Amino acid sequence: MFDELRELYQEVILDHGKSPRNFRAIDPVKYHALGHNTTCGDQLEIFVDADDSDLITDVSFVGKGCAISVASASLMTEILRGKTVEQARHMFEGVHEMCTKGSDDALDGVPEEDADRLQVLSGVSEFPMRVKCATLAWHTMNAATKGEAEASTEE
Amino acid sequence: MSATAEAIIKPVFDVEAVRRDFPILSRQVHGKPLVFLDSAASAQKPVQVMDAERHIYEHEYANVHRGIHYLSQICTDRMEAARETVRAFLNARKSAEIVFTRNATESINLVAASWGRKFLKAGDEVIISEMEHHSNIIPWQFLRDELGVVLRIAPVSEDGVFLKDEFAALLNERTKLVSITHMSNVLGTIVPVAEVVRMAHDAGAKVLLDGAQAVSHIPVDVQALDCDFYVFSGHKIYGPSGIGVLYGKEELLDAMPPYMGGGEMIRSVTFEKAEWADLPYKFEAGTPAIAQAVGLGAAIDYVNGLGLDVIAAHEADVLNYATQRLSAIDGLKIIGTAPGKASVLSFTMDCAHPHDIGTLVDRAGVAIRVGHHCAQPLMDRMCLAATARASFGVYNTRAEVDVLADTLEAVREFFG
Repeated sequence: MFDELRELYQEVILDHGKSPRNFRAIDPVKYHALGHNTTCGDQLEIFVDADDSDLITDVSFVGKGCAISVASASLMTEILRGKTVEQARHMFEGVHEMCTKGSDDALDGVPEEDADRLQVLSGVSEFPMRVKCATLAWHTMNAATKGEAEASTEE
Repeated sequence: MSATAEAIIKPVFDVEAVRRDFPILSRQVHGKPLVFLDSAASAQKPVQVMDAERHIYEHEYANVHRGIHYLSQICTDRMEAARETVRAFLNARKSAEIVFTRNATESINLVAASWGRKFLKAGDEVIISEMEHHSNIIPWQFLRDELGVVLRIAPVSEDGVFLKDEFAALLNERTKLVSITHMSNVLGTIVPVAEVVRMAHDAGAKVLLDGAQAVSHIPVDVQALDCDFYVFSGHKIYGPSGIGVLYGKEELLDAMPPYMGGGEMIRSVTFEKAEWADLPYKFEAGTPAIAQAVGLGAAIDYVNGLGLDVIAAHEADVLNYATQRLSAIDGLKIIGTAPGKASVLSFTMDCAHPHDIGTLVDRAGVAIRVGHHCAQPLMDRMCLAATARASFGVYNTRAEVDVLADTLEAVREFFG
């Protein structure tokens, strides 16, 4: 019945949505922010720990969300570990562009292996109402690393 | 009267005939027949409403209340006839008590800004309930922040039942206003408003009833209820968007200052001072939504033609059937099971978030609402971030409920 939705809900999304990785708090933590999806009321808390040179040592999240927002957060926690905060912010820009514009070259400059994994989120560009679900975790991570306590997908 | 005669004059409700009045219901969405289950957000419009608006624009349109030419006069008459239709619909004493606004939200804001600012002061209490729409929360928060008015919250039970005793315990000599929904847009709960009004009046408080959800399902008699204000939106009762109603008792509206200044609302103006026009025009500054008011009149005529009791009985049948079908789905939980509830079925599924449910059922042509329904405090009370909500109108059928239920079964399989 939902064949045409397989592009949006790929197996990876369903898997991470159902069994999110790094679904826990980090305390104490270097960067932390609460993200609100104003459309649906969902909230995600993102934790990013990093060493003195801002190399990310651990990433995690807690909160409630749809399959897409949870999967996106879960994938993000896996991908960002071992990156620098600057690389993470660069990746946020790329993911944001991929989800909003659907452009193929949005992830240029992102390591190929990571870009391949993030590609599963590109399906949302065809569903304007769901873009914020995919980008919530990334917005929140970006705000956290800038020292902001809260983020919303309106920004 | 014989049983046969009774059967003949009893209105027969033919849902298929009703559906033919709503052209949009025959369209497809994503290649599937539209199943529109989002009337609580905004109802579809029958041709009778569209024709009424079209007729105005094609034959009678001009600005109202000021021209002395033929069209202005006839258009004014049409608009005033619509006001009379609204008056009769609510059984208000006078049409002067019917103020046209943009929607229920504006009506509540009008009362808060005009009556509230004049008659409330620091320490006065306003009671709302846990199941209010944001539109019946924020205007009172404005007054709390501006004047120091205290907001008290009447609770609901886990099942969504309005808790009368807890409400009674909140009433005291500082209570100046009870502003409460007649019917919850999330839970379908019908508040026992007649009792609420009586209890509030006994405590010396005024009562505003938010009828945005109720008016298309429940007959309303403002004199019998004795409420002080009653508000609703045209678009939820099969009328146009952009037109709403504020009913207020004449003596209250008389004592209230204007809400907005401009044309239509004055008797005379000099640069030193102005005198306000009579009710209801004092509250209708600027050119009103003329064709929309006429469209609202046509919508009420349409509802009256079918009979609100008959509509309610049909909707209750569809709601009961939907409750039965959805209850049988594994992992589906219905939110809001108050006895006597109407036309709204909120639910969650343990396999899928409401947003995912919404995206999937949309592909099957089914329109439902997902999210917090502009009632975030109620969501917090129910410990939910969001629900999916199917809501039913005069045109919905059991067959459409079957499509929804079958689709939800498929959602369950999809997310496993």
